Amino acid sequence: MVSFIIRRLLISIPVLVLSSVLVFLLVANSGDPLGDLKGRNPPVPKQVLDLRRHELNLDKPLPARYWIWITGFVRGDMGTAVNGREVRTLLGERLVVTMRMIILATLLALVLAILTGVISAVRQYHITDYTFTFAGFLFLSMPVFWLAALLKEYVAIKFNQAFGHRVFYTVGAETPNLTGSLVYRLGDYAGHLVLPMLTLALISYAAWSRYQRSTMLDVLSSDYIRLARAKGLSRSRVMVRHALRNALIPIATVVAIDTGTLFGGAVLTERVFSWQGMGSLLVQGISQVDVNVVLAWLMVSAIIIILFNLAADILYAFLDPRIRYG
Amino acid sequence: MAETPQGAPGEIPPRESSPGGSPVSGTAIAPAEPTSPVEREFTVAARTQTQMVIRRFLAHRLAVASLVVFVIIVAGSLGGARLWKYNYADITKEFSTSPSLAHPMGTDDIGHDTLAQVLRGAQKSVQVALLVALLSTTFGSVVGAVAGYYRGVTDSILMRFTDLVLTIPLLAIAGLLAGTLGGGDWFLVAVVIASVSWTSIARVVRGTFLSLREKEFVDAARALGASDRRIIFRHLLPNAAGSIIVNATVTVAVAILVETALSFLGLGIRPPDTSLGLLVSAGQQAAQTRPWLFYFPGLVIIMIALTINFIGDGLRDAFDPTQTRVRA
Repeated sequence: MVSFIIRRLLISIPVLVLSSVLVFLLVANSGDPLGDLKGRNPPVPKQVLDLRRHELNLDKPLPARYWIWITGFVRGDMGTAVNGREVRTLLGERLVVTMRMIILATLLALVLAILTGVISAVRQYHITDYTFTFAGFLFLSMPVFWLAALLKEYVAIKFNQAFGHRVFYTVGAETPNLTGSLVYRLGDYAGHLVLPMLTLALISYAAWSRYQRSTMLDVLSSDYIRLARAKGLSRSRVMVRHALRNALIPIATVVAIDTGTLFGGAVLTERVFSWQGMGSLLVQGISQVDVNVVLAWLMVSAIIIILFNLAADILYAFLDPRIRYG
Repeated sequence: MAETPQGAPGEIPPRESSPGGSPVSGTAIAPAEPTSPVEREFTVAARTQTQMVIRRFLAHRLAVASLVVFVIIVAGSLGGARLWKYNYADITKEFSTSPSLAHPMGTDDIGHDTLAQVLRGAQKSVQVALLVALLSTTFGSVVGAVAGYYRGVTDSILMRFTDLVLTIPLLAIAGLLAGTLGGGDWFLVAVVIASVSWTSIARVVRGTFLSLREKEFVDAARALGASDRRIIFRHLLPNAAGSIIVNATVTVAVAILVETALSFLGLGIRPPDTSLGLLVSAGQQAAQTRPWLFYFPGLVIIMIALTINFIGDGLRDAFDPTQTRVRA
């Protein structure tokens, strides 16, 4: 097991290195970081442009620039953003905001998906199965931003009107300059969190519940389940002890992989609810040609994705002894 | 849908006859037809794999209904834009009118007819999605087939390559390339989406090939002296067709959603042309005052994606009936 983990870790390193090269080439060819300065009126003096070019190392050849960037990144130095802030602290802040949304959404989606997926499979072609299936397909087919706008419209605004009090917020991660007791602040966080979390959860839920249903169906039609029933075990015992436990293995890996991509993929949700998280940082970085921010963002997200993929592999091997570690 | 009507052993309809089975021309002239002698020994017309898949798919009512709706939407968006009296770029004199007979989906604040825009948007979105499915299925199948068939070092390299592609989010690629490529062209949008979405098909095909290549019929083909290329294309690929087709279908649905997301962020199709994502994005601010601008394009997106997903589900059951427990 230990050697399996070490081997998988070692394989990840070249992928990460290649990923950094790819990221660097993509960003280096994506736009002129000095475009904003050059376009200013009155024109910026040539010295300023040269200075900035030198600061960003744009006067050096591409391999040298890559080397400067990657050695800096490994040491934890990610440079400064266009607005002068340290990229490292900026990324840290944004990561925390996004994580708040993602962790809860993942948990909610996972619980819902396992429940409905298993029930669907056990009652295949029953009315409950059709209902859950339809719900799953509906959320699978819905654009995230459309669902988010719908939730804003019907859940938040209608609900707040009904209570005559702001319960759900539709903008931002928290009320700016929030003060007050801890309970009050937590309530404010929660009010801001519910809708974005629900949006993300429903979208992930859709795919996962379909997946859970089909795994459970696979398990239910396997020979050992028939054997367990044949030797006289009760249906509920077979379902929970024999079927469910085995049907949970594949979903664990799928969830691990999907969560890794969610860190960058919550862009749309963040955009609709105006959260200042990872996603909006990337969009801002790209539109401002903020090279240091985009590079650091992509690298951090690549590391997260690779780590989660690794976790999925290890989890799978750990949960299912039939998987060869070779 | 019972078995084909039968008569005396000499009267079997030719094998190609439709599965529903009308005893076409076969009855009178059957003895004269040069059918192979083996087939004549059976009284039931043999069905090919494809025929069985089609029969099973047709038995799936929701999938068939979805297929009909999807075809109508596609035909409507491709042909309807020509027939409808307004063009997507036309500016009428009515601003922000709610749905009426003259404008079934209303108009926006500039005076565009929303129906004409939705038709155009659906056309662009469907074009992008179909091209994405074509490109990513072709590329993904080839990568997956080669990796699964040759295993070893080739497999490792190709699979690490797919891992590598997955480390960069699609939104980032689209955003970064948008500046370089000029952006906005539906063809480029499709290529960008396909450059990422082929990975899932590659993984599925690789998995199928890894198990298929151990089967006896592959050994038999190799013993008969078939080349690698022949084994891959003639023996393995047809057997993997089910999972490839199902995945291609799902890819269409995913691509529709990705395209709308990109356009929503301003990274996909751009004005003056339009797409469903762009329309929803523009209508979002007006969701309360002019709901028709927001709901109609959104509903069309859902209709397209939903029908494709149902078709995919029907195809999956048709190709692989093992999960159908109750109805056999």
